[in-house]
Amino acid sequence: MVVIGSGPGGLQTSYFLSRLGVPHAVLSEDDAPGGMFRRWPLFQRLITWTKPFSPAPRTSRYYERYDWNSLIAEEEANRGLVAAFMDGTSYFPARREMEHNLADFTDRARVAVRYGCRWESTRREGDRYVLTTSDGEYRTPVLVIATGLTEPYRPPIPGLDEVPHYAEVKAPDAYRDKRVFIVGKRNSGFELADGILPLARQIILASPSPARFAIHTHTIAGVRARYIQPFEDHLLRGGVLVLDASIEQIARHAAGYRIRVRPSAGGESMELEADEVIAATGFQSRLGDLPALGLRTFSHYRLPAQTPFWESATLPGVYFAGTLTQGALGIRKHGISSASASLHGFRYNARILARHIAEAHFGIRVPTRTLRPADAVPYLLSELTRAPELWLQRSYLARVLSVVPERGIVDEGVLPLHHFIESADMSGVAVTIELNAEGESYPAVYVRHAASLSEHLLSVSRLLDFETDAHAKELAAALAPLAIGHPPR
Amino acid sequence: MSDNGGPTREEIIDRLAGFALFGDLSPTELRALAHSFEEAYFNAGQVVLRRGISGSGLYVIVEGRASVRVDGAELNRLMPGDFFGEIAILLDKPPSADVVAETELRCLVLGGSQLEQILIAHPRLLYRMLQAVARKLRDTMPWRS
Repeated sequence: MVVIGSGPGGLQTSYFLSRLGVPHAVLSEDDAPGGMFRRWPLFQRLITWTKPFSPAPRTSRYYERYDWNSLIAEEEANRGLVAAFMDGTSYFPARREMEHNLADFTDRARVAVRYGCRWESTRREGDRYVLTTSDGEYRTPVLVIATGLTEPYRPPIPGLDEVPHYAEVKAPDAYRDKRVFIVGKRNSGFELADGILPLARQIILASPSPARFAIHTHTIAGVRARYIQPFEDHLLRGGVLVLDASIEQIARHAAGYRIRVRPSAGGESMELEADEVIAATGFQSRLGDLPALGLRTFSHYRLPAQTPFWESATLPGVYFAGTLTQGALGIRKHGISSASASLHGFRYNARILARHIAEAHFGIRVPTRTLRPADAVPYLLSELTRAPELWLQRSYLARVLSVVPERGIVDEGVLPLHHFIESADMSGVAVTIELNAEGESYPAVYVRHAASLSEHLLSVSRLLDFETDAHAKELAAALAPLAIGHPPR
Repeated sequence: MSDNGGPTREEIIDRLAGFALFGDLSPTELRALAHSFEEAYFNAGQVVLRRGISGSGLYVIVEGRASVRVDGAELNRLMPGDFFGEIAILLDKPPSADVVAETELRCLVLGGSQLEQILIAHPRLLYRMLQAVARKLRDTMPWRS
């Protein structure tokens, strides 16, 4: 089989495929590993942290919750690698530190990539996909696309195609003493504003909807706290203006740009002048000619529509890894997205995907272990308190125990919660951490018994510790129909 | 956009303008509002809204058809412009029926907590939603109309 892409999504998938003994080739048009981290973020530091010191040792699985940037590994020697590359000045790795870390993981874990191999076209022959590449043809029944969101996207605003995209931004010094208009108020727009804040004469950020901040959304979908400085500048009436307005037109003239905007709250259009305009309007997927073969996508990011196991909803055998897995929406409780857009979310998707491909396409059975009934409650509460998958992929991935007549309680591993909910014939329990709109975190327990699914939300713990007698009683009560949870004495 | 990518954001905004729910909003208001929604795609047969699972959102059908079902029995069919999930949000209770995609389905989705803010900011939208809820009520209790 074939994996396309040598960013963290492709590397992580290849790592787990190799561990399971699935023969595969990784193709990449780049000449080294790292994907987007070879170029971005522009202003050098990531927005995801790695804490050198944490409550869990660096080689433990539980450390992953505090280290959002390392690829995950079975062997201790290859775990938590990012911290070793950081110089201690920040807990957000520099872009270069991240790039070195990914190259180091590739070497240590012996992830083999065919670099400089460009995927050119695709056709179907029976149940196989034939990829034409700069390195000849590859025939495969199973294809994993891990090409990221790398195609600059511009909404159809008249004149916007004449201005540089975030991907083409110049060195910060080019904006010295300039009036800069930034289209877009998400992380990339605020990252630019923050980067040129010491240099620009004035910065205007505009888009139709109000900026949403991570401190309010409680997810990485919001603008991160480290980019909030330009917003504070706006509120304190310094040199930054943040506008909620539709951008109607951008017209270039000899001295710069004239921009016409219309406030979202109503009222007349306004005209603004700027020396520079930047489109911080995001990126789209690069899916080659797969849409012509029937691949369905949605949203202006052109995300592939997917099953809970990240298979194309319409092209069997085509799977996705890396940030493209955000197209498998899960059940989006309280409107909250998964963390699949980011490495700390999609690295777990990759492990599950590799196992799913090994079992579904290569006849490899990954052994599962059984639990004694008395161990179910303590085990699930331990997972709920510290499992990185459940804390980082909340209401998206779940620890699943099934009840199988001839085997008893089987630990099915960490699986997509959506898969458990859709599996009408599976008796058992799935547990995950849920986050609600008020920002509270608590265990969510889904029990299926006699084909009937029930939901149980356990109590909030202010200390994020669910290994308490009260939680044990609540969980045992939820598991009662399955007869697998003994209440504590 | 390609044939398989569905309508563009601009086309979605145009279509929303034609739906009763959004009929009173100005193009600028509609554009700002459309950015609050996420897009979602479902294959035929997929469950969109599930009875008994809390924390669900508001869905507006952009393309395709869906079926409202309880224990497999169809109660209602939904078309482009129809929306569902609002009662679960307003009452803060899990949905009392399943909504299943009958065809390929493209929806806009809004998280429950955002609905209140949007309804308060747009009283005409609130009124239109109230009308739709009243219509559903009349349809389920015909003797009271």
